[in-house]
Amino acid sequence: MRPARQIAHDVQSGVTTAESEMATSLAAIRAKNEEFNVFLYVDEAGALDAARRVDQRVANGEPAGALAGVPLALKDNLCQVGIPTTAGSRILKGWLAPYNATVVDRVIAAGAVVMGKTNMDEFAMGSSTETSAYGPTRNPLDPSRVPGGSSGGSAAAVAAEMTPLALGSDTGGSIRQPAALCGLVGLKPTYGLVSRYGLIAFSSSLDQIGPLATNVADAALLLEVIAGHDPLDSTSLPEPSPSLVAHLDDGVAGKRVGLVRELFEGAEGEVVAAVHRAAEALRDAGATIVELSVPEFRLGLSAYYLIAPAEASSNLARYDGVRYGLRVDADDVAAMNEATRTVGFGAEVKRRIMLGTYALSAGYYDAYYGQALKVRTQMIDAFKRAYQQVDLLLGATTPSVAFKFGAKTSNPMAMYLSDVFTIPTNLAGDAAISVPFGTGEADLPIGVQLLGPGRSEAQLLAAARVLELADGRP
Amino acid sequence: MASPLRREDVAKVAKLARLTLSEDELDLFTEQLGQVLEHAKDIAALNLEGVVATAHPFGLINVVRDDVRRPSISRDAILAMAPDAEDGRFAVPRIIGEAP
Repeated sequence: MRPARQIAHDVQSGVTTAESEMATSLAAIRAKNEEFNVFLYVDEAGALDAARRVDQRVANGEPAGALAGVPLALKDNLCQVGIPTTAGSRILKGWLAPYNATVVDRVIAAGAVVMGKTNMDEFAMGSSTETSAYGPTRNPLDPSRVPGGSSGGSAAAVAAEMTPLALGSDTGGSIRQPAALCGLVGLKPTYGLVSRYGLIAFSSSLDQIGPLATNVADAALLLEVIAGHDPLDSTSLPEPSPSLVAHLDDGVAGKRVGLVRELFEGAEGEVVAAVHRAAEALRDAGATIVELSVPEFRLGLSAYYLIAPAEASSNLARYDGVRYGLRVDADDVAAMNEATRTVGFGAEVKRRIMLGTYALSAGYYDAYYGQALKVRTQMIDAFKRAYQQVDLLLGATTPSVAFKFGAKTSNPMAMYLSDVFTIPTNLAGDAAISVPFGTGEADLPIGVQLLGPGRSEAQLLAAARVLELADGRP
Repeated sequence: MASPLRREDVAKVAKLARLTLSEDELDLFTEQLGQVLEHAKDIAALNLEGVVATAHPFGLINVVRDDVRRPSISRDAILAMAPDAEDGRFAVPRIIGEAP
């Protein structure tokens, strides 16, 4: 599939049409969706209308937008008006979103053609799509393996060449981890850079929406479109969208990059080797590599698995059978609430709700949630100290390449460890990117991760571009 | 230092969270949640006296807008997605029990 940037250019200049690009995407979805279980809903009529509107703009000689005619997939926790939105949960089956997420408005205004909604771990709680109420998504690179999660459907849509771009959300690694496992570029933006309005909440102080793409330039292009202040999100940063595409070729000459031991220790040997090769590639491009240890990162996993469930237990209290989604009838309202939630939520969501409820409950609050919030402070301070020494950090995205179905489903702690290298960034509210760098077991892709302080997206993308070139991709 | 998770703790938490658990689920969740809390001992055991808690990466500032009327989603559009509605309101089973 051609890069999004090329498609937009060709649509705007009349070399191709949005309708023809949409048809190509739709054909790929029809051919592969049954095997890979990527899309929960395909909006054929809406996509055709959107494509024809773009073609009309081009015919009128108007600018059709930075994403003119580019087919795009939405993770199913992003609201699009009139479109089924489930967040991978049975409790929202059949619910039609009554409004657009801000990111949906923005990609449509930029000329993108939304093809439909992609599968995900239920309420974004998982690292493999195996917790989806609608069955797991298969990794297009090896259908016996998971695509990662929770944005596994969005990653698979791009990896299977159904759409060149997709949006995901990242609470503890849910964009970067599936990007790594599917051989894609995935970026978790600075907290507040992208509006969360219309994103179904999991953990509100950690969630961010971001791009998945086959290449660094396309990720930059999509992020530029969706970023920037939104009055509908009170946590939205006040500034306009940053200039990213213009800085893609800035390189890393003169930059200092910290190679952080805690961001690859315990990973498979082939992953550690890829991280070291990435450090060499950055050094060859003029960066100085500084070996660092940030012991606080080891505490991230525990803090995250108290903070995120605590916030989730509150956010998911709204699914009570009263205003939307599933209702299981019972004699009185309390019994109806309980019957609805018991039937509507899957096991992983129940685990996290109970964990969060426990961590917040009287007698345990100080020992668990309170301690986790203090560790979060220490994590932020540790990042600040690191960024006094270096510009960016380098590590692995995941401990291994894509794993087999069922490998971690019986042991939640083993699954949670998939996020051990991605979680620190979310706790700090900073930005990070995963970029493919070499392959490992069974020729499957390895992702390396670059981390930066808040608002460092342009630097991260430029450094990722250096690695992309060093990995032999044009 | 927090005590290890007991079966009755899980039963209590499930009740607070409005979830019904089978006997088998109680056993399974007690074991699995216990593993997560066991891992969390690394932070429960830290001496963090004097460290300020961070609940939000940049601190939350109250954001206000001018109190001006503007269009919103219609009541009918919202009620159309409700499991049950009546007379322009959400409808639910009875809340208060019958007199004995």
